[in-house]
Amino acid sequence: MSDRPRPTRGAYAVLAFPVAMLSIFFLSPFLIMLAASFYRRIEGGFYEPAFVLDSWRRVFSDVFLERAGFSIWISLLAGAVCIAVAFPFTYFLTRMRRRPHVALLVLVLSALSLSEVIVGFAWSVLLGRAAGISNILVWLGVMDEPVAYQPGFVAVLLGLCYIAFPYCVLTLYPQLSRLDREVTEAAQTLGASPWRTFRTVVVPIMRPTIVAGFLLVFVFTLGSYLIAAILGRPEHWTLSVFISDQASFNANVPFASAMALLLTVASLAVVGLVTVVESRTRRAT
Amino acid sequence: MTARGGLRLEGLVKRFGEVVAVDGVDLELPAGQLISFLGPSGCGKTTLLRLIAGLERPTAGRVHLDGEDITDRPPHTRDIGMVFQSLALFPHLTVAGNIGYGLRIRGVPRDRVEARVRELLDLVSLSGLADRRIQQLSGGQRQRVATARALALEPRLFLLDEPLSALDANLREQLQVELRLLQQKLGITTIMVTHDQREAMTMSDLVVVMRAGRVEQVGEPLEVYRRPASAFVASFIGTTNLLRGRAAGRDLVRVGDRTFEVAGVDGDGEVVLSVRPEEAQLVVGATPDRNALPGTVVFVRDLGEMFECYVDCGLDEHVIVAGSPRERVAVGQGQRVAVAFPARACVVVRP
Repeated sequence: MSDRPRPTRGAYAVLAFPVAMLSIFFLSPFLIMLAASFYRRIEGGFYEPAFVLDSWRRVFSDVFLERAGFSIWISLLAGAVCIAVAFPFTYFLTRMRRRPHVALLVLVLSALSLSEVIVGFAWSVLLGRAAGISNILVWLGVMDEPVAYQPGFVAVLLGLCYIAFPYCVLTLYPQLSRLDREVTEAAQTLGASPWRTFRTVVVPIMRPTIVAGFLLVFVFTLGSYLIAAILGRPEHWTLSVFISDQASFNANVPFASAMALLLTVASLAVVGLVTVVESRTRRAT
Repeated sequence: MTARGGLRLEGLVKRFGEVVAVDGVDLELPAGQLISFLGPSGCGKTTLLRLIAGLERPTAGRVHLDGEDITDRPPHTRDIGMVFQSLALFPHLTVAGNIGYGLRIRGVPRDRVEARVRELLDLVSLSGLADRRIQQLSGGQRQRVATARALALEPRLFLLDEPLSALDANLREQLQVELRLLQQKLGITTIMVTHDQREAMTMSDLVVVMRAGRVEQVGEPLEVYRRPASAFVASFIGTTNLLRGRAAGRDLVRVGDRTFEVAGVDGDGEVVLSVRPEEAQLVVGATPDRNALPGTVVFVRDLGEMFECYVDCGLDEHVIVAGSPRERVAVGQGQRVAVAFPARACVVVRP
């Protein structure tokens, strides 16, 4: 990298604009939130500037720490499920003929146009007792009477995976479509079956991409609150549900801010941890 | 070891939609030799190699290896080693990891894999580079790793798809000799795809010249060079002078208003003659009665090791006469000369 030309003054000038925009519209709200987490809440009113630790004391109570842990856990799980499905899916997608390839890609990406609310309620109907999947199973004679699969943990997980899946495919797609076909063919001429080629060549080569996709789903689903609120019981509510609850219904901005910061720090810690582990093991092999 | 890897291709056809890439190829390829598929790009040579490897399924026809029909076998059960045009090394593995891949997935114990990898590294003169990453290697070294990886399992067939095309000219020539010596040492049946006639001439026992999905000629390199079957082969392999004329009775051909003696011609049909530049001769003075054309020197190229003289004989293209500088006849641009085409040098080719 040492032979890269030094950026000129002009290049820095070009950078100045995005840096300024990011500072104003991204960093400032974040700092305001940080400050707000120490403000004093006025019961029945709003809040006033102060430096009190009330909100933080409440955040570090068992209930909310447990919720944060649950949020991280279900988002990690959503990341794992999404990668497990999206990676093979995208791999075979990139190896299809052009027409079905494009058609499938458009279909998957069109799911992006659906809002989280629509997705949440659609799944709640599909998993419900009145008009859900179980009715079809009854009609087919597999089951005796319709049951409700929601609210429940699996329903929340399913919903989260559904909204994150297109994003996951989008992260994996460019790298997988750029994978040299001859590399997988080489493995086959060396005696590897298609499945073995996938496992010993495609997956290891794509590891950084897989980790990136996983982290994207993790961060993305961590911020989702509607899916958990619609498809889950209170014990399946993620921290994001409580944050929106406190901010919009209870008007407790200091407490919501503190919870949001806790979630941010925790997710950054997870992202950092995964990245470090990934690069360590890559160097070791 | 008895020679393994005798290959028989039977009526092979491969279509990609409307495009016919391989259009009915029948070939019997002997074991233990190095065979080149030679032709311009798009002639179907790579597709033919991929059909042999099992990476493409033929639209029609069969592939037999050592008497066994392998047409329906997927590539990983075919016992082949292949070097790809892009080399297709595994970027996530080291040199040793790449070379040992085939052995490891077969469950060969670690110490035996290591021993075999060392052996192969010695074979391709890369000893001591076992732990390097692929990204740290030069083009020539990568080529050698790809070769060693393909040979690790002692395959029945060693397939090379333009294996040296990514290298610069000097290195390519050096590796051509190395690869050929390696192939002779191992006695492994090898099929190489190339568009470089010099590469094919350097390395092969047998050359298969292809054009538009069909086999144009099969033969030893020098035989193909000296006795090309068609005008296409004659001009694709080396440089040639094509003289178009008509048969004029037994062993006689008329080119323009001149008469040529050419053995094996009869009747009165159209005839195309191919004469290599080094077989043609410059004649100063009167044009001989038979097998010669008068003309004007257009250009003289003297490279020290050889000279070439372009003569305008009134044909579609300039006649080229080549030879070593010692035989050079002192002629200059614009001089009237004649070019003699000795009867034994005139080869009748398919138009």
